[in-house]
Amino acid sequence: MKYVDDFRDGTVARALGAAIRAGARPDREYRLMEFCGGHTHAISRYGIADLLPPQVRLVHGPGCPVCVLPVGRIDQAIRLALEHGVILCTYGDTLRVPASGRLSLLRAKGRGADVRMVYSPLDALQVARANPAREVVFLAIGFETTTPPTAVAVKQARAEGLGNFSLLCNHVLTPAAMHAILAAPGGVRLDGFVGPAHVSTVIGSAPYEPFARDHGKPVVIAGFEPLDVMRAIQMLIRQIDDGRAEVENEFTRAVTAEGNRKAQALVAEVFELRDAFEWRGLGTVPASALRLRPAFAGFDAEARFAVPAVPVPDHRACECAAILRGEKRPQECRIFGTACTPDNPVGSCMVSSEGACAAHYTYGRFRVEAAPTETTRT
Amino acid sequence: MRLPHSHPLDLEHGRIDLSHGAGGRAMAQLIEDLFARELGNEFLAQGDDGARLPACTGPLVMATDAHVVSPLFFPGGDIGCLSVHGTINDVAVMGAQPLYLAASFVLEEGLPLAGLARIVASMAAAARAAGVPVVTGDTKVVERGKADGVFITTTGVGVRLAGIDVSGANARPGDAVLVSGPLGDHGMAIMSVRENLAFDAPIVSDTAALHGLIADLLAAAPDVRVLRDPTRGGLAATLNEIAHQSGVGIVLDEAAIPVRPAVAAACELLGLDPLDIASEGRLIAICPAAGAERALAALRAHPLGTEAVRIGEVIADERRFVQMKTRFGGRRMVDWLAGDALPRIC
Ligand code: SF4
Repeated sequence: MKYVDDFRDGTVARALGAAIRAGARPDREYRLMEFCGGHTHAISRYGIADLLPPQVRLVHGPGCPVCVLPVGRIDQAIRLALEHGVILCTYGDTLRVPASGRLSLLRAKGRGADVRMVYSPLDALQVARANPAREVVFLAIGFETTTPPTAVAVKQARAEGLGNFSLLCNHVLTPAAMHAILAAPGGVRLDGFVGPAHVSTVIGSAPYEPFARDHGKPVVIAGFEPLDVMRAIQMLIRQIDDGRAEVENEFTRAVTAEGNRKAQALVAEVFELRDAFEWRGLGTVPASALRLRPAFAGFDAEARFAVPAVPVPDHRACECAAILRGEKRPQECRIFGTACTPDNPVGSCMVSSEGACAAHYTYGRFRVEAAPTETTRT
Repeated sequence: MRLPHSHPLDLEHGRIDLSHGAGGRAMAQLIEDLFARELGNEFLAQGDDGARLPACTGPLVMATDAHVVSPLFFPGGDIGCLSVHGTINDVAVMGAQPLYLAASFVLEEGLPLAGLARIVASMAAAARAAGVPVVTGDTKVVERGKADGVFITTTGVGVRLAGIDVSGANARPGDAVLVSGPLGDHGMAIMSVRENLAFDAPIVSDTAALHGLIADLLAAAPDVRVLRDPTRGGLAATLNEIAHQSGVGIVLDEAAIPVRPAVAAACELLGLDPLDIASEGRLIAICPAAGAERALAALRAHPLGTEAVRIGEVIADERRFVQMKTRFGGRRMVDWLAGDALPRIC
């Protein structure tokens, strides 16, 4: 833990906060998008906003894998489990995402679907080995970070000749989503990006060059520790004030320009680009997700079972789409904290602790409700 | 009088079958040769459907708790001692001296008798060490697949200590919040075996009976207002309950909250917050700030409270929020957990 503690040192953080407050120009606003849900979580959990001056505004981005999964995709998984009787394995948070018909994977489980939570795709393989008479589908979600382990599982399944294992693939790509946000007509004004940590360890920093070069938006790749995030914010402010737009790397202890070549090769061997993919909040984004290559078609649940993803509109009152595009804050949703809470999520952003609404509800809602009353202490 | 059993109970290779719950000879044998032998005391020996207990003076406190834990055996304990400690603690945090326990078992067909014997022995040892006997009990057997090995429900009775008034509704602005030691050991010990997490140093459950610690604390600091054990839901849920009951807010100081490095590391790995993780042998006490040092000294003088510290204070806040000053100098809420403690993905 020594290593981690170094990146959570309160004294250093306060000094850094003071330096940011002293350095940021009072006459302008700095709108910085933290793309990644891991950063959203860290910012809320460590109370980083308290250390920043008011003109530095953090805008939550669409980088929570659970949040960006559209309803139709969850419906598809539920149908696989309920109608095709498969054992559906997936990561914990995915279980609670609201789907059509007031269902979620967790509620479908209550209705008899065999839904199991796993920590890794290899656990799903183990379920397939242990249940040779059943079909086992792994609902794979996530950005570039979680894709290599899925690729490993698929290759392993092929090596073992596991005929009862397949993948419902929802792996998505970070740079494509960042492009979609910048391209959205009338979209949110941004001055720079806090770039993803884990994703960048895989893809490296080079894929962010177009945002700096073509869009003039500085990108600083940052780790998930609170001090990482603060340093990245400081670096972004410096770039903006200097009129620079570059890709800088705060997370040098884990990220290089070219990333992890081995992982990239593995992913390229197993997956190929989809022409387009539907994202919650961003709509259909071209070349933004992966599917299995034809050589692995036998492991593709979409090819094996007749359950196409049917687009489903979000709940009427839900503002998740605007939140995922950085256009609204959680508290601006009419049903935030009333009809929609982490215990009863209406939208996906209230599910995972990396979702903007859940992070704000769990860690930050004291800020918007009545003023603190410590002064009234008796 | 011994019943005429044709075969002795095979505690090494035998398994529970439906006859062990059918009310016949097999059941009588199980009770006699396992439960009564291990847990034996003058009340159980009465052999009736209930226990005749001596009169006691003072208001009674009663608490009951169903214990469902997987795996049944974990580093630092098992479902047997846990079911004794948990209920003793539920009675003790009401400011009472626990006197008697009742235990009821739901056994799954196929359960190895050796495992059951280990569990009952562990219960007996825990009850003996705590000086709180199991005076009556019940056993049911369900078909294979209808239970997870063993479920144990324990009920405890105790007498409230004279002059003590503790309740979750008693916290007042200005009070100090104390904790008797590091948080989350039990929950992480269970999770580390369940998720096959291998750590250099295994995380060991803190399961323990707290009535001795509580008696010492209340003797030194009778003005303690709230006592709770942060079991399921951990510190976060416990403090939110108290804030709601008392209609107050609580502000914690993250830097002061004790968490063992191994527990913190495991939480980090799984994306969990140690504040949400259960303890089974820790005490939360809320007392007037003026008496906090005295209460802390009393806790630290007991073997179960050597690592006791002050972690925060009660404030006036009609929103009943539990907040935390982060180590970082920021502030955040400490909310109830939504759903189960599930690891993060990314
Ligand atoms: S509060 Fe709920 S419904 Fe509204 S945007 Fe957030 S997640 Fe969606």
